[in-house]
Amino acid sequence: MSDLPFPIAREAVLRRRADPDLAGHDPHGPKEAVPGTGHGDSGPASKRIIVGYGFWIFLLSDIIVFSCFFAAYAVLQGSTAGGPTIKDIVDLPRTAIETGALLLSSFTCGLSYAATNARNKLWTQVFLGITAILGLIFVGLELQEFIELAGRGATPQRSAFLTGFYALVGCHGLHVSVGGLWLATMMAQVQLKGFRHEIIHRLICFNLFWHALDIVWVGVFSVVYLMGAAA
Amino acid sequence: MFGKLDWSAIPFNQPIPLITSVILILGILGVLGLITVKKWWGYLWREWITSVDHKRIGVMYMLLGVVMLIRGFADAIMMRTQQAVAIHSAGYLEPEHYNQIFSAHGTIMILFGAMPLVIGLMNFVAPLQLGVRDVAFPTFNSVGFWLTASGALLVNISLFVGEFSRVGWLPYAPLSETTYSPGVGVDYYLWAVQISGVGTLITGINMVTTVLKMRCPGMTYLRMPVFCWTTLASSLLIVAVFPILTATLAMLTLDRYFGFHFFTNDAGGSPMMFMNLIWAWGHPEVYILVLPAFGVFSEIFSTFSGKPLFGYRSMVAATLFICVVSMMVWLHHFFTMGAGAAVNTFFGISSSVIAVGTGVKIYNWIFTMYGGRVRFETPMLWSMGFIFTFIIGGLTGVLLAVPPADFLTHNSMFLVAHFHNVIVGGVVFAVFAAVEYWFPKAFGFRLHAGWGKAAFWFAFIGFWVTFTPLYILGLQGMTRRLQHIDVEAWRPMLQLSVVGVAILIVGVICQVIQLVVSILQRDKLRDETGDPWDGRSLEWATPSPAPFFNFAVMPNVEGEEAYWGIKQRAIDTQQLAPEPDYRPVEMPLNSPVGIYTAFFSTVTGFALIWHIWWLAGLGLFAAFIGFVVFAWRDVHEFEVPVEELIRVERGRRAARDAFLERIRQGEGAPS
Repeated sequence: MSDLPFPIAREAVLRRRADPDLAGHDPHGPKEAVPGTGHGDSGPASKRIIVGYGFWIFLLSDIIVFSCFFAAYAVLQGSTAGGPTIKDIVDLPRTAIETGALLLSSFTCGLSYAATNARNKLWTQVFLGITAILGLIFVGLELQEFIELAGRGATPQRSAFLTGFYALVGCHGLHVSVGGLWLATMMAQVQLKGFRHEIIHRLICFNLFWHALDIVWVGVFSVVYLMGAAA
Repeated sequence: MFGKLDWSAIPFNQPIPLITSVILILGILGVLGLITVKKWWGYLWREWITSVDHKRIGVMYMLLGVVMLIRGFADAIMMRTQQAVAIHSAGYLEPEHYNQIFSAHGTIMILFGAMPLVIGLMNFVAPLQLGVRDVAFPTFNSVGFWLTASGALLVNISLFVGEFSRVGWLPYAPLSETTYSPGVGVDYYLWAVQISGVGTLITGINMVTTVLKMRCPGMTYLRMPVFCWTTLASSLLIVAVFPILTATLAMLTLDRYFGFHFFTNDAGGSPMMFMNLIWAWGHPEVYILVLPAFGVFSEIFSTFSGKPLFGYRSMVAATLFICVVSMMVWLHHFFTMGAGAAVNTFFGISSSVIAVGTGVKIYNWIFTMYGGRVRFETPMLWSMGFIFTFIIGGLTGVLLAVPPADFLTHNSMFLVAHFHNVIVGGVVFAVFAAVEYWFPKAFGFRLHAGWGKAAFWFAFIGFWVTFTPLYILGLQGMTRRLQHIDVEAWRPMLQLSVVGVAILIVGVICQVIQLVVSILQRDKLRDETGDPWDGRSLEWATPSPAPFFNFAVMPNVEGEEAYWGIKQRAIDTQQLAPEPDYRPVEMPLNSPVGIYTAFFSTVTGFALIWHIWWLAGLGLFAAFIGFVVFAWRDVHEFEVPVEELIRVERGRRAARDAFLERIRQGEGAPS
């Protein structure tokens, strides 16, 4: 209250004296109407904002899922039960290619949305296609890593450390795979339905999802692989 | 072909679950038969099952919650009676069965009773109070409800097919690992809670987006009714902590299904990590339940005292304070784990500090009544009963928050009494108060006052007679979850507790009679004006029952207590605001996606519980097909014609004009 200009504070005090039961209540006058922002000055926000906003909230919750797996990995990292340690299983060159593919796919995903903004169906599809291929390369390399490790006896059943490792990396891989299914569906929708409002909203959400997975991967790459190689 | 499922899964040799299941199945078949004979399927399908109307979904949530509340109460009756008779004897419940009962009681009461009730309230009330026509994602809302129902169904299937978890309402590892719990009980728990948890998360996202992005013009943050604030805080908590539950249960699932070692006690697994993770969800969870309850009481105290809520801003601050601090207290559930003095001290202090926020609220409610014209209607009785009950519950909570004291009372009946004290006294009382309060808005007539008051007094007295003995037993050293008791000295208190349960049963019967009597006398109890309690927030600006589009024209809020302002202006000027310019309204179309998703989640969940892999694969494939098909839909909304809006709105205005006329003639002057 102290930073309010004097007359307003005085008015508030007077109003409170007039009706002591209204303590803490000071109704404001009507504000000027502005186009819907959802912030209360005006009506509900537009569909596009609501969809994007809701999806952001979902992404935050998804990041909390990942944070649990990160925490579990951190707790269990030393519990190798006499089995392989992180240093034994890190294969940096392959992971570097994986990382490159995924980061590049985020870039192409962004390009696809630039094409969407220009309402260019061909380039949207081309870049979404490249994104899908890069995602496939990522998942393929990860599967290859898992199969190789399992062949050497380093399965998640071997130790708590490997449990944490497979779960964290696998959780991300599963997200990328499901994202791939979504991506394929979106490409079909864009092709058959064109740039309708709801399709564009979904493309926005897909972009958010894909970038979020990229950010999570940066965490996985740093915490699991880089710190593991340095351990 | 059917995984682990065979005839031995049906409890032919256990009379209690068998008879219960047969009665339940016959009851369900009876209801389905009645619906078929009366040809109600079309109506149910169009108006309820596929409805995306937040009010209908809210009512369905409440219905699910009430049914589960009764199921959980049946478990409670069995536990109390078992303990009262099993002193120096085996009682009438086998240990395996008794353990399933207390596990099912907790799981059902919290996750399938209290959660649907609270979420139903948020769904029904918040959009109306915000002055909007629906939630942010109406179809998702329906999906969320049906997923919760799917989880509840799975829990109840376990009664008849197989068994339920025996490890308590939280599947503490390593007890819940396959080594110690090889049966399907824990798997039922895992998949039921996982599926309904996804539904809850959807609701959380939905409500956060609704409150933050969809308010009617002029509804700034500090003009929102406190119930909307608590809805926001509770939904934020859902978004923040339900993913932890999802992740934790996923880890336990990996342990159980694939031999992972997250929480096992061999190969380096960490059971204590399970405690931390599950309670990092579990403690905020109780605030998810109780914050909307605080919102309900705020609305009721203010309405029935005929005054604005005392200290509105401090109420908002206290709500957000509780929202944040609730995530920093989880370790007080296992002070005895041995985390060390420093850690225990931190969590002891944070657990005590959270009581400050609640204390602020209690004082605000008391000061709201002070100097007001208090009307002792049924919702008000529940609310005042709440204050009394909740203060005691809160104080015993502060006792438990002191680590040295907790070492003595940990996992004792004292703890059991404490959390029933806050959850029954806080959440369940709030739900009954809220049902009495908002029932007319949903169905167009009030609930019978006399039977409601009777239900309150029996429930209130029954509650205290049930749980006071448990406090005493806890201090005498009785631990929780005992299947039989070898201490003669505990007999009187255990038997007194059963007397309390009997009084509670009378309360439940009164509640049922109240509903029946109210339906029979609905013409007499009809709410003509849409504002039966002289309300202050925007839901009372709509006719009762509220039309599916809520508001023909979105209200324009010009101050706190939006509807009170509109009403006073009408009374002062002796006329309603001039009729606005009606425009067609876009409303979302019904969608079967919710029931479709729930059907395949139930099938997939059941298949995974019994290791029927092909069926699980089929279910997931069907889910994906459904996703694509529903994403293909071209038309999402329909337009409500202006004539329909005008018809409803004129009816509403006529009722309000009649109300003004009555005031003019000095009859029913507003209190």
